[in-house]
Amino acid sequence: MSALDTRAATTIEATDAAGGGRRSRRRPAGTEDGLIPGARRSTYWLYLVPGLALLAVIVVVPLVWNVYLTFTEYRGIRPPEWIGLENWVELMGDRVFWTSFGNSIAMILAMVIVPTLLGLLLAAMLFDLIGRKFGGKLASFLRATYYLPQILPAVIAAIVIGWILRPQNGALNQVLEAIGLGELQHNWLGSPDTALPSLMVIMVWVQLGYPIVIFMAALQRVDPELYEAAELDGANWFQRFRAITLGMIRPEIFVVTLTCTIAALKVFGPVYALTGGGPGTSTIVPAYYAYSEFFQSQQVGYGATIATALTVVIAAVSVLFILAQHRMEKKEAER
Amino acid sequence: MSAIIEELDPERRDVELPTDAAPAPDTERPRRVIRSRRPGGPNTRKPGDWLVLAVAVVLGFFIAVPFLLILVNSFKSPADYNTSGPLTLPTEFYFDGIVAFWERVNFPEKLWNSVFISGLVAVFAVLISMFNAFALGIGRVKGRLWIVVLILLANMLPQEVLLYPLYFMFKEAGLYDSQWAVIIIFTVIQSAFGTYLLASVYSTFPRELLEAASLDGASRWQILWRVVYPISRPTLSVLLIFFFIWTWNEFLIPLTFLVSNATQTVPVAITVLQGDRLMDVTTTSASALLGLIPTLVFFLIFQRTLTRGITAGAVK
Repeated sequence: MSALDTRAATTIEATDAAGGGRRSRRRPAGTEDGLIPGARRSTYWLYLVPGLALLAVIVVVPLVWNVYLTFTEYRGIRPPEWIGLENWVELMGDRVFWTSFGNSIAMILAMVIVPTLLGLLLAAMLFDLIGRKFGGKLASFLRATYYLPQILPAVIAAIVIGWILRPQNGALNQVLEAIGLGELQHNWLGSPDTALPSLMVIMVWVQLGYPIVIFMAALQRVDPELYEAAELDGANWFQRFRAITLGMIRPEIFVVTLTCTIAALKVFGPVYALTGGGPGTSTIVPAYYAYSEFFQSQQVGYGATIATALTVVIAAVSVLFILAQHRMEKKEAER
Repeated sequence: MSAIIEELDPERRDVELPTDAAPAPDTERPRRVIRSRRPGGPNTRKPGDWLVLAVAVVLGFFIAVPFLLILVNSFKSPADYNTSGPLTLPTEFYFDGIVAFWERVNFPEKLWNSVFISGLVAVFAVLISMFNAFALGIGRVKGRLWIVVLILLANMLPQEVLLYPLYFMFKEAGLYDSQWAVIIIFTVIQSAFGTYLLASVYSTFPRELLEAASLDGASRWQILWRVVYPISRPTLSVLLIFFFIWTWNEFLIPLTFLVSNATQTVPVAITVLQGDRLMDVTTTSASALLGLIPTLVFFLIFQRTLTRGITAGAVK
């Protein structure tokens, strides 16, 4: 799923744009009125009708329906048959399901942890070293290069790298042979030992530009004199990085890790395009598992159960993140 | 996401302005000194700085290499590829791979499908976002907080959880394998994000303007179209572009709903053909090239809007 593309990036702008407005927001006495005087608020509901009606049909009803399906045996032909918690019990003991979540952890490593850490380092490097000493143009150019994979649909990005990893005559194997490392040639995406690591490398490549762009935008808030003063005071690069950079862009770090974690849990397109979850179940992820239960095994009730479990995990992760951020900001405010 | 919290807890708003900088060193005293001899600047490039630059450039090269490889090898014949490998330039320009793939997927048709779906979704979703945000941000209807939370839910859910019921519903409605199914679904999903963003923008709308228009006797509908719409047009156009590109890049739902060849979007058409008999090594490369060109073009066209969007909040 390409949810990780710019969608998440915009969340930040949204946050920031809203923040900008908020500052200038005046809260007049009658906050509970609309902004247009003299009009009754209740009639504004008319404007919500199309949006909420569509939302009900496309999101709310299917969501409830899907939860209902988790309690049924349903193969798409005869009407669903109520079986209570059987799907859920089966799910808890399903090795494939747990493998898929284990692979989600690998995806979190590849799409959240590595890109965020590397992104922090690179953004700080570009902003406070390369940008200052070699000119902003060069820094922007490098940033654009890092961002390149992000603009593609995730499946296309996956196909690009998949092409390089082709088993017989893929570019990587050809290069290995050309430089005399022929024995390292490998069916990268087709053997169980390297399929998942290869997929992870692809996702790092896809994902890296996103934190860099967000962090660099955030760093522009920092007064450059702060760095200069710290440098004069004898702080080395790492001390400046820790004291100034990390402190300033913490809100963005939260947003990036949250949006990327959600994206990592939802990942589907690259797995579909490259490995189909295989070989065996070595690269299966929950989203792909649900999809294959729906449309390949025709086990709709069970597919719905996997999808619902994934939703619960995503919701829990989001709530935990937001609570942690809330608590942290509160602590900050008290200091 | 942090904006959600702020929405839930308006009291905290003033606390988290970015002025709570870092443990700020005393900037007052040395300021004058700094001005006269800035530690940055080309004169003080140390060997270590060059090393960092080299690392950054090499990394950039590795990120760009796959694109270059795809570009070079899309114009080779398979025989050329097999003899000279992936790293050399083509001995002669060979267009058969691109042409074969272009014709096999009927590429212009797929392009049109993607433009049609993404374009309509962008327009509809912006409209719905604007109506919703007008009621939530300017009208401040009761319970708006919960409506916003509900709307955001639509954006956060994994699409798998909606997939089968939607599949069933649209099949019953006779819209399965119709682009309208995809258009309707993404209008809802994208407008969910748009509503969230616009509602907070509109809640800071200059009150004087609305009051003046209201005194002049404008109805609410007129205020929306003559005051709110023109003033928020820059935000709306950013949303329009983002909705277009996001919808273009979507995969799971188009894959599920657009089963026949003639209705498919560019990413779906290219993906389902991977591993096809026709796909020799350079044709596969050509398929990747065709898949990435449109988004690359958007990026170049809208680069300004996109970077402005991304950094909009940072300039303050």
